[in-house]
Amino acid sequence: MTTPDPKDAAMTHPAPPLITTAVRLSADDGVAHEPVLTLKDISVFYGDYEAVRGVDMAMAGNQITALIGPSGCGKSTVLRSLNRMNDLIPGARVAGTISYHGQSLYAREVDPIELRRRIGMVFQKPNPFPKSIYDNIAYGPRVTGMKVTNMNDLVEQALRDAALWDEVKDKLKQSALALSGGQQQRLCIARTIAVRPEVILMDEPCSALDPIATGKIEDLMINLAADYTIVIVTHNMQQAARVSHRTAFFTAEVDEAGIRHGRLVEYEDTNKLFTNPNHKQTEDYITGRFG
Amino acid sequence: MTAAAAAREAVAAPPPPLTQRRIRPGEILFRLALQLCLLIAFAFLVALVVFAVYKGWDRLDARLWQQMPTGRASRVESAGVQSAITGTLWVIALTALISLPTGIASAIYMEEYADNTRWYNRLLELNIQNLAGVPSIVFGILGLGLIARVIGLGFTVITAAIVLSLLVLPTVIIASREALRAVPQSIRQASYALGATRWQTTARQVLPAAIPGMATGAILALSRALGEAAPLILLGAVTFIRFNPDSLLSTYTTLPIQIYNLIKEPQAEFQELAAAAIVLLLGILLLMNSAAIVIRNKFQKRW
Repeated sequence: MTTPDPKDAAMTHPAPPLITTAVRLSADDGVAHEPVLTLKDISVFYGDYEAVRGVDMAMAGNQITALIGPSGCGKSTVLRSLNRMNDLIPGARVAGTISYHGQSLYAREVDPIELRRRIGMVFQKPNPFPKSIYDNIAYGPRVTGMKVTNMNDLVEQALRDAALWDEVKDKLKQSALALSGGQQQRLCIARTIAVRPEVILMDEPCSALDPIATGKIEDLMINLAADYTIVIVTHNMQQAARVSHRTAFFTAEVDEAGIRHGRLVEYEDTNKLFTNPNHKQTEDYITGRFG
Repeated sequence: MTAAAAAREAVAAPPPPLTQRRIRPGEILFRLALQLCLLIAFAFLVALVVFAVYKGWDRLDARLWQQMPTGRASRVESAGVQSAITGTLWVIALTALISLPTGIASAIYMEEYADNTRWYNRLLELNIQNLAGVPSIVFGILGLGLIARVIGLGFTVITAAIVLSLLVLPTVIIASREALRAVPQSIRQASYALGATRWQTTARQVLPAAIPGMATGAILALSRALGEAAPLILLGAVTFIRFNPDSLLSTYTTLPIQIYNLIKEPQAEFQELAAAAIVLLLGILLLMNSAAIVIRNKFQKRW
């Protein structure tokens, strides 16, 4: 990485102003970023319960979009609706339109299996398969029927892209469960990029990791943004400020009937959102007065 | 005096000593009660083994598996239970072949495919749990009426295996479901997120992780079938058979049935032979259960 590492500054000074860490990445970098995913009036239901209401936003290609907000605000729910992982939860349903390069994700003719090959996901808790490191990476290409001329090369490249190769190159046949938590999470990222998706969804990928491992994953995300569109859910505002181009702030509100719904409050360039938010709620949240 | 000052005052006083160990009669009594219960269960098992070994000691030799059963008291000295051993092996092997694939497949459907919010799937589940409690003799009656008579398979090895399979199927299904449920959801999600299908996820991730648990359940279920006599009494396995089964349609006898027959005879020699056969059956059961424990410990996964 050529840019100075923001996490060093963050670690030596315990409470850095959010502004200084946010200036490096900007949504306005002079390149036109086509929207990859566009959400129009999205509501997600679990049975009769409307967990998230009326979300409108677009995720730009080759950029990192962060979803932040207090617990229960629906940011993970929105994330899981982007690759139809919600389909696996009985009773979950999405209303509104999510389009991926103009195609509706929830159209009848869309195959969710094919969709997940294009939109991969990294989970909160590292979840390597109880298999060797090598087989963890090779699993995706094998099940998706990718034409692979040399699996060894593919595994090596995925591990290099995930900045894990040097640590595991001598133990590819060993169990992935023997790796540390941070290494397991980078393995999960390597496993995701091995199937060459276009979008990577990350659901609080660092919440189970220590600060050093978190720093490595953040560096990795910034590097991966050159080739992938990344959407990350995080509880950590500094993390959103450090790694994302654009940030969406969600909150939970109680409606007239006394039921809680998640709602998108503000979606802005990360710089703008953390220095000069449009909404009082956002300001209260990022300055720690709420949530 | 302010509240803070009062708190400081309280801290200044030395805390009560920790050194006085108290005897808590409740704790001791409860522990003793638990140990007593364990002792009762264990004592019965030991009594059974000691009694059987003592009683059958003179007959615990090669005659047991080299000789065929006899009905005549004059020949009992040279009698064994060979046809019962081979009959048991045939029946149990076939039972495993029938019940394990069916039971595991049912469990996979119920855990991985069925939508448990649907009433018919819940009904299915309730039924399987109830089936596990049906007395084995009822399965024997079903086998006699339907499989032996209506379908016409007669009093053969295959009829016995089908009936024992029905008998242990609920146990195999329940144990397999438990094993599948123990596989963390995160593994399935990881597989789906990579674009794997449901079958790929099940076959390549969930099943391999669940196999140790399934194997344990399967062995315990089969060892139950091994010791089962009641349904087979109805299914014609009662006569003294002086040959080994050689096909699915052979007539047969099994160890529990032989033991039951021998015990009925008045002569002491038959009783000794029965005791020896009991020791043999217990030995086989012990071996199977040890295998279950070894498999469980060896392949146990930590997530």
